[in-house]
Amino acid sequence: MGWLMSQATLAIRRISGHPGVAPGDGVERDYQVCKLVDTTTCIGCKACEVACLEWNGYEFSDTRFDNSYQTMPETTWKYWNLIKFNEHENSDGTVSLLMRKDQCMHCADPGCLAACPADGAIVQYTNGIVDFQQQNCIGCGYCVSGCPFDIPKFNPATKKMFKCTLCVDRVSEGLEPACIKSCPTGCLHFGTKEDMTYLAESRATQLRDNFGFEKAGVYDPPGVGGTGVIYVLHDASNPEAYGGLPKDPHIPWVVRFWKGPAKWIGNLAMLGGIVGVTLHYLRFGPKEVDATKHDDSTDEKGGRP
Amino acid sequence: MSTSQVISSRRTAGETGGHILRYTFSERIHHWLAALTYIYCLITGLAFWSPYMYWLATLVGGGPTARFWHPWLGLGFTLSVFWMYKMWHRDMQTTDADRRWSKVIKYYIENQDEKLPPIGRFNYGQKLFFWLMFYGVILLVLSGLGLWFVESIPWSLRWLRYLAVTVHVVAALATIGAFIIHVYMGTAMVRGGFTSIIRGEVTTTWARTHHRLWYEQVTKGTAPQK
Repeated sequence: MGWLMSQATLAIRRISGHPGVAPGDGVERDYQVCKLVDTTTCIGCKACEVACLEWNGYEFSDTRFDNSYQTMPETTWKYWNLIKFNEHENSDGTVSLLMRKDQCMHCADPGCLAACPADGAIVQYTNGIVDFQQQNCIGCGYCVSGCPFDIPKFNPATKKMFKCTLCVDRVSEGLEPACIKSCPTGCLHFGTKEDMTYLAESRATQLRDNFGFEKAGVYDPPGVGGTGVIYVLHDASNPEAYGGLPKDPHIPWVVRFWKGPAKWIGNLAMLGGIVGVTLHYLRFGPKEVDATKHDDSTDEKGGRP
Repeated sequence: MSTSQVISSRRTAGETGGHILRYTFSERIHHWLAALTYIYCLITGLAFWSPYMYWLATLVGGGPTARFWHPWLGLGFTLSVFWMYKMWHRDMQTTDADRRWSKVIKYYIENQDEKLPPIGRFNYGQKLFFWLMFYGVILLVLSGLGLWFVESIPWSLRWLRYLAVTVHVVAALATIGAFIIHVYMGTAMVRGGFTSIIRGEVTTTWARTHHRLWYEQVTKGTAPQK
């Protein structure tokens, strides 16, 4: 995986004394990294949850029973990776136990980044990883409003936001993310977006053609420009059944408006106010109380202070 | 602070050597508490508002510090506005004199004050400013709580998160517009106004010119004129 980041720059471009062009010259690499989660082969073992904690140095959090096999109701600032369980009743009366690995989706068009007011607190790398830079984070929580997946979480002790980094520290050293490495069934895959999309589509085709899952498909929502985590679902027409995966996620229009037109309307209005009062002063000047204008008064004793 | 209290203050009949007590010590304290807390929230709020103004956060200790104090000082502003409501809400009711005055407000804007009908302690514009700030701060503190504890708003009620953002922005911009006009009028436009909110006093001429009904009330002790 080394070529995905730093070592990509070490691909040979020219070779001295070499007959012909350098091998591999003109090859275009896909630098987008992607996690593929095949929910149809996930057994809900939660090895990925543990691996995530281990690699990122967090102690195991207290579990919270919520009438399911889930470790806790939702991810937290120190629990970035959570298998969501749902006993879904199918239309034919049977029940499917759906499991989905929930974490940051690493959107191509990240709502957290759009909403963030702090310079450099959220970055998106060329490989698509969306990463919080806690040294620049001010803990305002705007990213919470921007995210269509409810992922950024606040650490009240440090007053910083945290979420899955897609193991950027591992990926940059040519390693796969910790969750991927721990998966015993091979339902988690990691590679380029192109390769993972191909793999996911092949699996979805297999599910449709050979296993009778007519609605099987790939979840890679276009509303956020595609994601750095894609899912294979038995029923792609109902992603909500997989622990509330939104059907058509997009950056909330309020956030778009707030960070777009509202900014310019507001700034122009404020500037207009300052210009307005300045023009008023230049045109009409101050209201000065002139004592001599009030000759009718008899009790006038003092002047202006 | 009602007018009768002005009269019954140590400056009996409200007049000492051509000066009238316009704002009591308590009124001035609460005005400046509101002013300082508002200005703090304005500076830090503008920093969060636009990347081009993020440098403003540096003036008050940097982004995280600004983020920490903004809601607390906002609560301080809220309390001081509520206190001003307690002091002033009776004086801020619109009267018939205000209605007459507001119809010819252009004379006020154009500094042709001699054409204006007499008004009481506060003019219609001051009253508008007061009520805008009063209702503005209610919206700001309610939406501000939503922004402060955004994670406490459950995902199923996330429309509240978006509502909080919208309301906070709209209310903040409205108060900023009013604030610009208020500061301009208090410092540059209406001479004597700035001194009055610092020292509390205005000259009798000032009072007679700008707030004749109030002037007559405090000097003659007559009942409030409608």
